[in-house]
Amino acid sequence: MRVEALFLLGVAAFFGVVGLIYWFWAYEQGGFVMLVGTTLLGFLPGSYYLWWSRRMKPRPEDRTDAEMADGAGVIGSFPSSSIWPFVLGMGLFLMVLSMVFGLWLIAPGAALVVSSVIGVTVESRRGGTI
Amino acid sequence: MTVLADRPVAHEHEHEHEHHEGPTGLLKWLTSTDHKLIGMNYMVTSLVMFFLAGLMALALRAQLATPNSSLLSFQAYNALFTMHGSLMLYLFAGPFAFGGLANYILPLQIGAPDMAFPRLNALSYWLYLSGSITMLLGFLVAGGAAAYGWVAYAPLSLVQFAPGSAPDLWILGIALTGFSAIFTAVNLVTTTFYLRAPGMTMFRLPIFTWNMLVTAILILIAFPILTAAMVLLFADRHFGTHIYSTAGGGSPILYQNLFWFFGHPEVYILALPYFGIVTDVIPVFSKKPLFGYKGMVFATMAIAALSTGVWAHHMFTTGVVLLPFFSLLSLLIAVPTGIKFFNWIGTMWRGQLTFTTPMLFCIGFLFAFLMGGLTGVMLASPPIDFATHDTYFVVAHFHQVLFGTAVYAGFAGLYYWYPKFYGRMYREWMGKTHFWLLTIGFWVTFIPQYVLGLWGMPRRVASYPANLGWQTLNVVSTVGAFIIGISFVFLLANFWVSWRKPIPAGDNPWDAHTLEWFATSPPVHHNFEKLPPIRSERPVWDYHHPDDLTITHGGAGANGKGHDHLAGAATVADAGDKA
Repeated sequence: MRVEALFLLGVAAFFGVVGLIYWFWAYEQGGFVMLVGTTLLGFLPGSYYLWWSRRMKPRPEDRTDAEMADGAGVIGSFPSSSIWPFVLGMGLFLMVLSMVFGLWLIAPGAALVVSSVIGVTVESRRGGTI
Repeated sequence: MTVLADRPVAHEHEHEHEHHEGPTGLLKWLTSTDHKLIGMNYMVTSLVMFFLAGLMALALRAQLATPNSSLLSFQAYNALFTMHGSLMLYLFAGPFAFGGLANYILPLQIGAPDMAFPRLNALSYWLYLSGSITMLLGFLVAGGAAAYGWVAYAPLSLVQFAPGSAPDLWILGIALTGFSAIFTAVNLVTTTFYLRAPGMTMFRLPIFTWNMLVTAILILIAFPILTAAMVLLFADRHFGTHIYSTAGGGSPILYQNLFWFFGHPEVYILALPYFGIVTDVIPVFSKKPLFGYKGMVFATMAIAALSTGVWAHHMFTTGVVLLPFFSLLSLLIAVPTGIKFFNWIGTMWRGQLTFTTPMLFCIGFLFAFLMGGLTGVMLASPPIDFATHDTYFVVAHFHQVLFGTAVYAGFAGLYYWYPKFYGRMYREWMGKTHFWLLTIGFWVTFIPQYVLGLWGMPRRVASYPANLGWQTLNVVSTVGAFIIGISFVFLLANFWVSWRKPIPAGDNPWDAHTLEWFATSPPVHHNFEKLPPIRSERPVWDYHHPDDLTITHGGAGANGKGHDHLAGAATVADAGDKA
């Protein structure tokens, strides 16, 4: 975890320094705000990872000498197939098109979005697929 | 000698085999959350976009072959170069790399059963597809497609200069594909951080995976700002705000700042994945480990970091940006890029080179990107930029950069992994013909454009007068463009022939190094039945060549011995891994 944490904190450190230099050299607000945002993007997850990496044992993928057997067991839940990403995507598609081709398209679009939210929730709880 | 260990079994809620054999045909395509199928969908869609945009480019070149040409109307010309750039940059070069190749290859390279969020991955694809369709719908509505260039500078993109609904469709299409890219980036980062196989430490990741990780961070930095800029632009067009229009006290420069804070990292979002492909391919066909693994990793990080600090070098001529700051950072990018070139050449140095099609494309990439990169260093200098801004010199520069990465390295990756995707070989002679025709066409197209730019030919013009002497070089450039077009016939014919008369490839036809070549071709559902021990960044090589083990950074040999008594020599990576 430590390398991942340092990687993200490195993003924060670089853009923190560049942001300060930029502010005191250019006095330009727009770029400074974006550089601060980028600094936070690295700092928030990076510091959380660092906090965890000091409190946990190295995972098998963090150790150079780990065997395959060290990582045995459940590594995650991977649904094999699901119709709901497609339904959600088409719902968002219709809602976006409604801004050009008529607001009435929001109705079917929102219906698809809501049904996909319900569908994914039920699917996850049931533990199944389509 | 090492033995295979069982791959930890991925947990399924129900019996997995019933499900992945369940849906077939169209339903399988609509419902699959398998990263391999989604990656293939991405690749096919983005290649369709590539060919559409390429045909538009041929129309543009045909228009410019003669002075005062009336082949296209001026409005049609503007629409075509806008859509050519938009399709190539937003819908081909990026999605082909981080949606297509990365989706397919990255989980395989780290020994993962799938991406971390399979359903989010599927949603990314559907958003990408619907965003692409939204943008292309612009051709069908009244007034024709958006015609303000791929950068959509305000005020040109505001409603008084770009009326009609096609610009709206363009903006909304960008928003949809932007969300798709962000979701994919989240998926890639999470997968790389959490789904690596045991022993696959961060400093044993293949360089392609490293570069995709850095690219994903760049996407997370850049794309939200683009989406925000597009939302504000939409508000200016329809809701009466004046964020970008001077009439209401807004600032067009703000749009340029927002756009290029996305736009310059975007250039590296389009370049770094392709650097990764090249860095994976060259060692395989040189029969050597990569020269300077850590140098490569840190060069990638340095390029990515610097690239986010140089956005305003696209705005030198606005007169309101801090020239020395942006010029300095832009020039600094040449240093890590030079390290990469040094390491690529160092990898080939004294290697046993075999010039297969992927290797040829990588060498073509080196030359093309070198030329584009060197002219980029020139353009980073404000005095040169003032003289050449908005001329064909810039057009030639960025086409050499992006052609080098997205086309040369992209198709190197396609040829390299084609046996893995389908378990069959392409025809080598057709691939080589593709390469040589492409190379001739590429240089014939773009070298004249440098000269034209220095003679003062501006970009984004549909017509030029006959008395300026620009015609000859324009004709040469157009001929080159059509040679490029013809070369891709060999690519399609190659796929056709290998589909009709397959030659089985086997699991590891290249004697390659990284984990994806340990899976079957094509890989089975959830990728791996078994995995070799991972003791270096070349686990598959170590498994097949136990007498020629890769020397690793921590000093641990491929058999895992020698680690303890060499612990004193442990490097930063090792120390980090242990903590």
